[in-house]
Amino acid sequence: MRLFYRYQDLAPQLVPLDYTSCPAVKVPYELIGSMPELKDNPFRERIVQVFSEDGDGHMTLDNFLDMFSVMSGMAPRDLKAYYAFRIYDFNDDNYICAWDLEQTVTRLTRGELSAEEISLVCEKVLDEADSDHDGRLSLEDFQSMILRAPDFLSTFHIRI
Amino acid sequence: MAQSQTLVLNVPETPEDHDSPCEESEVHDSFHQLIQEQSLRVAEEGLELLQVAGDPGASASAHQVLLGDSSGPVYSTATLSILASMPSRTIGRSRGAILSQYYNRTIQLRRRSSRSSRPPLGPVVCSARPSLRLYDLELDPAALQEEEKRSLLVKELQGLSAAQRDHMLRGMPVSLQEKRFLREKSRIPRGKQRARQGRDGLCCCSQLRYTCALALHNLGLVLLTCLHALKPWRYALKQIGGQFGSSVLSYFLFLKTLLLFNALLLLPLVAFLVAVQAAFPPEARPVPACTGLELLTGGGCFTHTVMYYGYYRNTTLSVPCGSPQCGPGAGTLPYNMPLAYLFTVGAAFFLTCFTLVYSMSHAFGESYRVGSTKGVHAITVFCSWDYKVTQRWASRLQRDNIRTQLKELLAEWQLRRASRSMCGRLRQATVLAVVWLLCLGAAMGCAVAVLAFSEVTIQSPVVAGQEAGLLVLPLGVSLLNLGAPYLFRGLATLEQHDSPVLEVYMAICRNLVLKMAILGVLCYHWLGRRVATLQGGCWEDFVGQELYRFLVMDFVFALLDSLLGELGWRLILEKKLRRRKPEFDIAKNVLDLIYGQTLTWLGVLFSPLLPAVQILRLLVLFQVKKASLLANCQAPRRPWLASHMSTVFLTLLCFPSFLGAAVFLCYAVWQVKPSDTCGPFRTLRTMYEAGTVWVRHLEQAGPGAQWLSWLRRYLVENTFFLFLASALLMAVIYLNIQVVKGQRKVICLLKEQIRNEGEDKIFLINRLHAVYERKERSRVGRAVEAETAALVTDAGDR
Repeated sequence: MRLFYRYQDLAPQLVPLDYTSCPAVKVPYELIGSMPELKDNPFRERIVQVFSEDGDGHMTLDNFLDMFSVMSGMAPRDLKAYYAFRIYDFNDDNYICAWDLEQTVTRLTRGELSAEEISLVCEKVLDEADSDHDGRLSLEDFQSMILRAPDFLSTFHIRI
Repeated sequence: MAQSQTLVLNVPETPEDHDSPCEESEVHDSFHQLIQEQSLRVAEEGLELLQVAGDPGASASAHQVLLGDSSGPVYSTATLSILASMPSRTIGRSRGAILSQYYNRTIQLRRRSSRSSRPPLGPVVCSARPSLRLYDLELDPAALQEEEKRSLLVKELQGLSAAQRDHMLRGMPVSLQEKRFLREKSRIPRGKQRARQGRDGLCCCSQLRYTCALALHNLGLVLLTCLHALKPWRYALKQIGGQFGSSVLSYFLFLKTLLLFNALLLLPLVAFLVAVQAAFPPEARPVPACTGLELLTGGGCFTHTVMYYGYYRNTTLSVPCGSPQCGPGAGTLPYNMPLAYLFTVGAAFFLTCFTLVYSMSHAFGESYRVGSTKGVHAITVFCSWDYKVTQRWASRLQRDNIRTQLKELLAEWQLRRASRSMCGRLRQATVLAVVWLLCLGAAMGCAVAVLAFSEVTIQSPVVAGQEAGLLVLPLGVSLLNLGAPYLFRGLATLEQHDSPVLEVYMAICRNLVLKMAILGVLCYHWLGRRVATLQGGCWEDFVGQELYRFLVMDFVFALLDSLLGELGWRLILEKKLRRRKPEFDIAKNVLDLIYGQTLTWLGVLFSPLLPAVQILRLLVLFQVKKASLLANCQAPRRPWLASHMSTVFLTLLCFPSFLGAAVFLCYAVWQVKPSDTCGPFRTLRTMYEAGTVWVRHLEQAGPGAQWLSWLRRYLVENTFFLFLASALLMAVIYLNIQVVKGQRKVICLLKEQIRNEGEDKIFLINRLHAVYERKERSRVGRAVEAETAALVTDAGDR
C-alpha cells in the first residue's frame, strides 16, 4: 500500500486512487527519475528502462512494484543478479561487453578517471570475471562473480 | 578435432541444400548438417583446423581471436541468426525461453522430490551455490509456443508443494503480472478438486473457509505493514544509510543486534528471578537515604534491592499459609531460590551462546565463499555502488570513494608487478615487528598500571561518607581506554601497508588486546583479591556494584567523546585547518560497544538487572551517536566491505568477549566460595553445590531416580565422556575442512572446463562462419559463371 501511495504521489493527476478497473496508466520516466531514492543514482535511467514494459522508461504500477520488490531486501540473490546483469548491459545484447563496462565505469566515477585508466580497469574486470574467455561477460559469468561478492545483497538494495 | 568427431555420430544423413534459414527448427537441422559437411572436409583442410584452433593452452591474456575486423567480429546474417537463437542468448529476451527453462527445472524438482521425501530447496532461499543450479537449457526443438509452455509450467507447479512453488515463483525473473497469473492458475484447480471430492453440503462450508482464509490473509498483511512501519528506527537507519553508506550503517545495525541480545538475556532473569524475589521480599533492613550519587556508584539506596545478588534469599520461597486448614502441599508455591538463581543464569547464558553462534555462522555463510579473494576489480565495479545512498553530496562522495578505490587497486596491481625488492620487504617486516612490540608493550604497561592502581584501592579502603572515591578506578580505566588507541594510531603511521583493509584490522587487533588485557587484570582483581579481602562482607554485591560503575563511567566517557570530542575536532578541522569534517571511526566505536557488552556479561551473575542498564545505555547511545554523526562527521574514506564487517563484529563479540565472560562465570560458579552473610548461596561451599545438593536430594527421595545417580556418576563427574565428546567434535570439524578442500578442487576443475567449452564455442562459431562464407562465395561464383555463360551463349547466338 505504501508503494502504491508513493506511485500515486508521483503523478496525482494521472494515477487514479481506484485500481480495481486496472487502468492502463503509465508514469513517464522524468517523474520516476526524480524520486529521492533514484535521483542521484547514476544508473537510474537503466534501472527504469529495464523494469518498464516497453523499455522506454515509462512505468505502470506493476512495473513500479516489480522494481521495488526486486531492489528490496527480500528478493533472492539470483533474481537480483539477473536484473543487475540487465541493468549493466547497456546495449541490451545479453552480454556485458567492453563497451558496456566502459559505460559502467564512466558513470561510476563521473569521468574522473582518464581513458587509459578506464580501459585498464575494464581489461582487469574481463580478466577476472570472464571464465569462458570470449571477451565479454555472459549471465553465467556475472552470476558466478556475484557469488564471490557477499556484499552485493547489501549494496544492490533500495530502502523505501 | 576430437569434439567435432563425436558430434558427427548423432547427425542424420540428410545432405540437403539450405539457404540461410531463419526458422529455429530449420536452423538446428542446418547446424547439424553443416557440422557433417565440416567433418567431410577435415581431411582436406587439416592444416587450416590446426591454424584456427591454435593452442588450447594459450596464454591467459590472449583471448581467442575471432575472424573479422579488429574492431569486432563481423559475421554473415546467417551466422548472426544462428547466434541469436542460442539458448544462452534467448534467456534474457523471450519470456517463452524463461518459462521453458523453469518448466525443465520444475520437472527435475518433482522427480527429485518424489525420489527423496525432503524438499531439496527448503531452507536455501538466499543461497545460490552452483551445485544447486542444475538446470539444463534445452529448448524443445519442436518450438512450443509461449502459451503452451506456460500451461506446461502451470501443470508442473501444481505438482509441487506450496513452499516449493512459492520459492520457484519468487526466483523467476519475469514481471509481477506474470507471476501473479502463474500463481492463480496453479492454485485454483486445487480448490475445485476439493469441492468435487466433498459432498454437496460441504460446498458452502468450503466457501466459508475460503472467505475466512482470505480475511485472515488480509489481516495478516495489514499487521505486517503495521509492524514494518513500527520497526524501530526504520527512518533513522534509512537516513544514515542514505547519507553515509553501508559501512557506517553496519555500526548502527550492530547496536540494534546488541539490544536484542540484551533483551533476550533480560527476559528469563526478570521472569524467574527479579519478579519472584520482588514478590517475596526478605526481612526489612535499614536503607540509607537516596542521594544522586547512586546513579554513578551503584551503592547507597540501590544496595539492598533486587538489583544485586545480596538481596536474594537462600531458602525455598512459598506462599505463607494463613488458614489452619491448609495441609502440606495445598496452596503453596515452593520455589527453590538458590537453584532457580543458578539455573536461570545458566540458561540465559546458554541461550545467548546459542543465538550468538547461530547468528555468527549465518553471517559467515552469507559473507564468505570458497575462493572469494579473487576478482576484486570486478567486485569493485559491479558491487560497490551503494544503491541506498540518496543525497547528492553523499553520492558525490561515493563516486570519489570508488574512484579512489579503483586508482588504489590499479596502483597496487602495478606495484605488485614491479615487485618489491628483498631489502624493502625485510625493512617492512622489521618495522611491522617493532611497531607490534611497542603496541603490545604499551598494552601490557596499561594492564600493569591498572593492577597497581587496584592494589592501591585495596590498601586504602573507602570510608563510608566518601563514596565518590569508589569512582577512581573506573575513571582511570576509562582514561586509559580513551588514550591508548591514539597512541596506537600514532605508532601505526610508521608502518606502510599496501592494503588499507589490513591496516584497519591491525588497529582493531591492537585495541582488542589492550581491552582484553585490562579486563583480565580486573577479573583477577575482583575474583582473586577482593574476595580475599572482603570475606566478612558481601563481596558479590561489591563486584556487582563495581561492574555497574564501570558501565556507567564508560557511558559517560562515550557521551563526552561524542559531544565534545567529535564536535571540537570538527570545529578545529573546519575553522583552523580548512579541511573536511572528521571521519566516523567505525573500529573504535564498535570496540567500545563490545567492551560494554563484555562488562554486562561479566556482571550478570552478581547483578541480574545489569542487562536493563545496558539496554538503557544503548538506547541513549544510539540517539547521541546518530545526532553527532549527522552533525559532525563524514563517511570514512576507505570503505570497508560491509558484509565482512558484520561478520567480523559478531566474531569479535563471540570469541574474546563472550568466551571470556563465560570462563569468568564458570570460575565464579565452580571455584569461588560465596560469602556467608548474603545471597542465595550463603551456606554452600561453591555456587555449583546448590545443583549437586538438589540432585542428591532427588536421588534419596525415591527409588525411581536411580538413573539420575547413574547419569551423575558416569556422565557429569566422569571425565571420559567429556574427552569422547570433544574427540567427536574435532573429528567433525576435520571432516568439514576436508570437504571444503575438496570443493575448492572441484571449483578449479569446473573453471577449467568452462574455459575449454568457451574456446570450443568460439572455434565452432568460426568454422560456421567460414563455412557460410565459402557457400556464399561459391554461390556468387556460380551465379557469375552462369551469367557469363549466358552472355557467351547470347554472343555466340548473335
